[in-house]
Amino acid sequence: MSRFLDKLFARFNIYREPGYYGKYDYKWTIVIDLDKCDGCEACVIACHAENNLPVVGEEECSKNRAFNWIRIERYVEGEYPDVKVKFIPILCQQCGKARCEVGCPTYATYHNQDGLNVQVYNRCIGTFTCATYCPYDVRHFNWFSYKWDAPLEQQLNPDVTVREKGVMEKCTFCIQRIRAGKDHAKDEGRKIMDGEIQPACVQTCPAGAMTFGDLNDPESMVSKLAKSERRYRLFEDLNTDPSVIYLKRVMK
Amino acid sequence: MSGNITYKEINDDVINAMTRTGPLYYVVLAIVSLLTVLLFFLPWVYQIKTGQGVTGLNNPSYWGVYLVNFVFWVGVAHAGTLISAMLYITHTPWRRSVHRSAETMTFFALIISVFFIMIHMGRVWNFYWVLPYPNQRTIWTNFISPLIFDVFAIGTYFLSSLIFLYFGLIPDIAAIRHRAIGWRRKLYEALSLGWRGTDREWYIRDKAYMLFSVLIMPLVVSVHSVVSWDFALGIVPGLHKTIFAPYFVTGALYSGFAGVVLLISILRRVQNSAKYITERHYDKIGIMLLALSLLWSYLTILEIVMGLTSHSSFELEHLRYKLLNPGFAGMTAIMMFSNTILPLSLAIRKIRVSITCQCIISIFILSGMWLERFLIFGTALPRKFLPYAWHDYHPGWVEIAITAGSFFLFILMFMIFMKIFPVISITEVKEEIGMPTERGT
Repeated sequence: MSRFLDKLFARFNIYREPGYYGKYDYKWTIVIDLDKCDGCEACVIACHAENNLPVVGEEECSKNRAFNWIRIERYVEGEYPDVKVKFIPILCQQCGKARCEVGCPTYATYHNQDGLNVQVYNRCIGTFTCATYCPYDVRHFNWFSYKWDAPLEQQLNPDVTVREKGVMEKCTFCIQRIRAGKDHAKDEGRKIMDGEIQPACVQTCPAGAMTFGDLNDPESMVSKLAKSERRYRLFEDLNTDPSVIYLKRVMK
Repeated sequence: MSGNITYKEINDDVINAMTRTGPLYYVVLAIVSLLTVLLFFLPWVYQIKTGQGVTGLNNPSYWGVYLVNFVFWVGVAHAGTLISAMLYITHTPWRRSVHRSAETMTFFALIISVFFIMIHMGRVWNFYWVLPYPNQRTIWTNFISPLIFDVFAIGTYFLSSLIFLYFGLIPDIAAIRHRAIGWRRKLYEALSLGWRGTDREWYIRDKAYMLFSVLIMPLVVSVHSVVSWDFALGIVPGLHKTIFAPYFVTGALYSGFAGVVLLISILRRVQNSAKYITERHYDKIGIMLLALSLLWSYLTILEIVMGLTSHSSFELEHLRYKLLNPGFAGMTAIMMFSNTILPLSLAIRKIRVSITCQCIISIFILSGMWLERFLIFGTALPRKFLPYAWHDYHPGWVEIAITAGSFFLFILMFMIFMKIFPVISITEVKEEIGMPTERGT
């Protein structure tokens, strides 16, 4: 009995330890260099194409119901002509200690073995709790079953589910690409190499502001960038341990 | 209660109220049923078919009027248990003629609150997935989720209040079964479980009733605490507060008592039960309302003060939105007037014993409590962390219709109940007037 309990507590304690995902295979991270970001929104378009995001139209957008798994937030400072606009791309931060996972009653959102928050659409019953708990407002709800206009339904990505009404969804770090990359690497008996896979937004970014990689690998590009002095994470004081690292904008 | 009521009179009064039904009842019943279907069920079906987009919910404000109604109805459900259990244990005599109505109110209000959880859900057809039961689909519930706490808290409360209500009904059903005919007789004979009224049966029933009262008492505190944790365990500024559990429990009891006042006043009118529900009952409930009003006001002010001293810019932004935005400031003013200032008049005995005054104050309290819940969700979620995502919330017509429809649903359920079961406890009223001393009474 005591051995069983020890085993049980040992397993339980793995999850209590901060940074337990350090023991896992990968710790996927995106580093966003705000010095390089010019707010062109190419990442937004790429995300829409890759992840079958519906385009909802003007009226729904005015109700803040646009599907932007990644969005460019604009903050304007000062009055014309002395205006400064700052951009920050916000996507799901894939928190290590995610609030959304606490809220979900059916495990529709959970932490996977790569340190990602995964959303299982089939399990979601639409209680909105995850989206309410999320401090970054990056979760999006399917208010209706959306239709794509005539030629557009031909370009849906077959690797990604088309969601029905009543389901919550969010950025997955393009988990379909990660899965394919892992399969490929497993067949060749190796780990995924740095830069081998990229989410759609990272791949598209013309300025090269975004970098994707494994933070557990000290030689990876993201690990090197993450040591930068400009490094910060969004709302660090909320103790959510996000996986998206921003590099502070210093250029005027 | 006047001292010269006989046992026979009580039996007659209660049974006549159940069986003698005028045409007015049927007219009202038809109108209420029609309104329930039109305002409650049809909009809900429309929402299920179309999607949650028919509501006014949007990206940061995912919680709206539906959850306001859920919290409101759970709150209304609270006084029932308090009256039946806590006041039973303390042997408070004035509970006797009002406790059945209060328990019924608890039960029906809980049904409506469960309805509102379902209405709130995006995929309501999968509602049963929140119940932990072994299945082949590898679906299991997340026990650290406050929503699962809620499933257990409300499930327990639902079952206990049903058992409690039924337990109190058994001797009453037994008393009226002999005077009933047709389907009523069959129903009452089945439900009275062969009660004969022997000394031993009474002894066992009283023991069990006391045991249930003790068991159910923690639920008065626990259910609404758990409901408050749904909100307080998130990190949304304005909801993430340790004060929420006592604040919600107090608010629940407060609105529950106001609901009881309204309900017994209506029953007193339509059922001719003025001799059972007297000035004394209104006096005592008025004192209770006054005490709860003072406690609630203290906690409300404390909540704002806690926000002001939080040293968090998010919290301050939320408070600025809540208190300085003209619309919400108006709502806050109405809430404070109807929940804090107006109930102070209950300190005067004349107002306490005046049924009209108490009813008006209760309507104000109920609307004030609804506004309180609306202010909690309507101001916290539109002002979350990132200013770019801020967006105001305005309820859509479906939400407003369903909100109005839920009141008609409550009236409908109560109207049907009061014709099938006695809403004044025959047994307990008889207990109050004591044993008859003359033959034939």
